[in-house]
Amino acid sequence: MSEPLIGVVVAHTEVAEALVGAVRAIAGDDVGLVAVSNRGCDRAALLKRIDEAVAGRPALLFTDMAGGSCGQTAAVLARARPDLRVVTGVNLGMLVDFAFHRDVPLEAAAERAVQTGRAAVVVVGGRP
Amino acid sequence: MSVVLYRIDDRLIHGQVVVGWGQRLNIGFIVLVDDEVRANEWEQELYRIGVPPSVEVIFAGVAEACARLAEWEGDGRKGIVLTGDIQTMAALCAVMPPPRRVNVGGIHARDGRTERLRYVYLSPEEEAALQSLARLGAEVTAQDVPTARPVPLAELV
Repeated sequence: MSEPLIGVVVAHTEVAEALVGAVRAIAGDDVGLVAVSNRGCDRAALLKRIDEAVAGRPALLFTDMAGGSCGQTAAVLARARPDLRVVTGVNLGMLVDFAFHRDVPLEAAAERAVQTGRAAVVVVGGRP
Repeated sequence: MSVVLYRIDDRLIHGQVVVGWGQRLNIGFIVLVDDEVRANEWEQELYRIGVPPSVEVIFAGVAEACARLAEWEGDGRKGIVLTGDIQTMAALCAVMPPPRRVNVGGIHARDGRTERLRYVYLSPEEEAALQSLARLGAEVTAQDVPTARPVPLAELV
């Protein structure tokens, strides 16, 4: 079996660090996630930051807004690298599930992240 | 109507532009002036992802933008004209109708630049280029989002 996938969370300001910290609080330290912030970066600097976090490993790139600078820059990197996929709209449910399911092929991991992320968004409450 | 914001932002079309300014100003179009993106359809699709269907996105090269600026200024909708660097905005300023106002929205850290604001880093050459815009009659201010204070050029350089 090859090495488990890693996840690189790329998001605005402190969002990525906070999300990864929350996953660790829930799932423990060995979650295979790295946080990258876009703070102070133009596109070239952010691309370098993400590339350094990936460090040549197969990875899912989790980004916040689909059309934001993080998602765009991650997509540019993934276009040049067949061992990377971008999943937008990152949420905590998606990341916690990923932490426990990293021993799967990249494509399957990306599809699973989309499904768990969507399933984590529900309306709760209202009058019975 | 017409062009309500001329912005320099090296992140090009992103959240601050589409959500921060776009929704506040109720825009109908965004022009991205960038020769590289103009020549790359794949990147154009990437920039369209975050823009609502009600907003038209126009990709133009620098020369094309200079030629079409009057057309956009006469558009019945409100629009944003966006460049990734000062040099491109300087080319537009030469054909921009007065009153010329230029928004510095994001020029980020790079070797040779020093920090002026959290979102504005300038090299000595870029500082001089912004001052040249002011000498051409443009009012240059830095402001990342509409709710922030517009910082006059004199405070940046």
